[in-house]
Amino acid sequence: MTDEVILRVKDLRTYFSTDEGIVKAVDGVSFELRKGETLGIVGESGSGKSVTNLSIINMIPSPPGKIAGGEILFMGEDLLKMPAKDIRRIRGNKISMIFQDPMTSLNPFLRISSQMTETIVLHQGLDKQAAKAKAIEMLRLAGIPAPEKRIDQYPHQFSGGMRQRVMIAMSLSCNPEILIADEPTSALDVTIQAQILDLMKDLTARLGTAVILITHSLGVVAGMCDTLCVMYAGRVVERGATEALFAAPMHPYTQGLIKSVPRLDVAATGERLSSIRGQPPNVIDLPDCCPFYPRCDKAMEVCRRKYPPSVDFGASGGPVAKGHTASCWLYSEAK
Amino acid sequence: MSETKELLEVRGLKMHFPYGGGLFGGQKGKIYAVDGVDFAIVRGETLGIVGESGCGKSTTARAIAQLYKPTAGEVLLEGRDLTKLRPQELIAARQNMQMVFQDPYASLNPRMTAGDIIAEPLRIYQRRGILSMSRAETEERVELLMERVGLSRFFKNRYPHEFSGGQRQRIGIARALALRPALMLCDEPVSALDVSIQAQILNLFKDLQEEFGLTYLFIAHDLAVIQYISTRVAVMYLGIVVEISGSAELYRKPLHPYTQALLSAAPIPDPVIEKARRRIILTGDVPSPDKVRTGCYFYDRCNKRMDKCAKSLPRLQDAGDGHQVACFLYHEPD
Repeated sequence: MTDEVILRVKDLRTYFSTDEGIVKAVDGVSFELRKGETLGIVGESGSGKSVTNLSIINMIPSPPGKIAGGEILFMGEDLLKMPAKDIRRIRGNKISMIFQDPMTSLNPFLRISSQMTETIVLHQGLDKQAAKAKAIEMLRLAGIPAPEKRIDQYPHQFSGGMRQRVMIAMSLSCNPEILIADEPTSALDVTIQAQILDLMKDLTARLGTAVILITHSLGVVAGMCDTLCVMYAGRVVERGATEALFAAPMHPYTQGLIKSVPRLDVAATGERLSSIRGQPPNVIDLPDCCPFYPRCDKAMEVCRRKYPPSVDFGASGGPVAKGHTASCWLYSEAK
Repeated sequence: MSETKELLEVRGLKMHFPYGGGLFGGQKGKIYAVDGVDFAIVRGETLGIVGESGCGKSTTARAIAQLYKPTAGEVLLEGRDLTKLRPQELIAARQNMQMVFQDPYASLNPRMTAGDIIAEPLRIYQRRGILSMSRAETEERVELLMERVGLSRFFKNRYPHEFSGGQRQRIGIARALALRPALMLCDEPVSALDVSIQAQILNLFKDLQEEFGLTYLFIAHDLAVIQYISTRVAVMYLGIVVEISGSAELYRKPLHPYTQALLSAAPIPDPVIEKARRRIILTGDVPSPDKVRTGCYFYDRCNKRMDKCAKSLPRLQDAGDGHQVACFLYHEPD
């Protein structure tokens, strides 16, 4: 990981208009990604983590979706202002993605070879022969046995874990700067999940790829990520280095989330799990308050009036690392 | 209440599904989904079943509930073999055994209100003359149940789509509780829920167990969830139980190489521990349970396999402290 920022997302807003009102799926999200860094985005269903990343690669279905504001600077260029044909040159090439369900992201009617060589021919300008050789090489790197035979098979001939390996091989075949992995192991069993995470870590480190890993699993991010963004109701509520964030979570939501996961390494004592009360909010027509206040034990009067500003804990020194920020009125002077 | 300490006893349970066939083709083979499972559940305890997809944990629960007719074996609920009961007797016996399902979206009828869903088991048993309750009593029971599982009684006339995932699972739990069963078969009841909601529902299961003296068969693929909820744990692989033991014992000292690999593969939400951990990474996938195996079912993926493992199948044997394991590392082939 270096200090060179390759992706800067600034105040991104992605809204969907529905019959019930405007859904602010992503509402003012900002973060940076450095070269070779692995950034984790955690949050529960509906927190906007997937929409954030679909926005980055400009794949928001429109209508009903619309990027209402913000900037996405990839190596200095704003992807939101770029014409569609230029985006196409970046998507799948410089920024590639893998999704949760490897069965629905592979075309069941095409052999793996045609699906893999298509991107390589398009983006790398290789001829078909060379592209196939490259594809076989990538499959071998991704740990698929006998890749020269397997490449001519169809997706249904692969198991779930193997399909995800194919997806990883495919997404890394153009040497992307950024790999966006949206819940890449959520559909897989634990032993297969361990294999796939291991593979992702190894390959991206070898190729120097930066990764945005989207997941709901705190266990997965703990082992994989350098930095974390915690999302709640379309906003990043806390951001920081993984170790610092787990050691000293500042936002009440992050604190509650970490405490509510049962842990394997802690023997069951028969005590109750601490849980966060209530339900995640409905993001339709959300007022400009802290969206977490109805579930928060530390809610104050100001929390229901105004959204808290982001506070940087690094500025004040102390035990919390630089760049650790949280949006909570508990830490803000200006009320 | 019967005298037996074991509320449920499963002996040699097998559930094989033939496949192929169709209109003209012959039967091509069988899926050995559950291939000889034995365990017992004592009143008031929670037996957790863990394993990966396709290991037969859900099929086991369904075969116990007699939703599938088991291929072989006995399912004794309070000493009565459910597989041998006539349909009328089975319905009466099932009153004592209810299920909670994984998907709170698919397991509730979208055209019934929450109140009707919870009252349905009561009404079915009333119609069959097994239960006698007045209409007012039924309504009152439904309202009490709703409040007990953490739903307001004013939600009685709402439809499932008006509830969130966690609330729907609460409706499913209230429905299972309606007949006041002794045993609840919970098939991945928290897997579809978000982390913060999962903790709420797990706590609810614990509270209900204390209050009503319930016994659970609790299925999950998340090892930490199983550790939290279970008194004893059975680990399944390819349709058989490879290890069964008290929960604390199993997590402290896993014996079977598969259990060890499972525990080592499960991520721990702590970056300091997680980045220092060395995992046992299993090679390959879970094989398809479509053939008869002579050796150990885990042979292909085991990192400690020996020659004798390919030749005969290890049976569950005592390894001390109520810990049973099916592995030749701990006992010799007979």
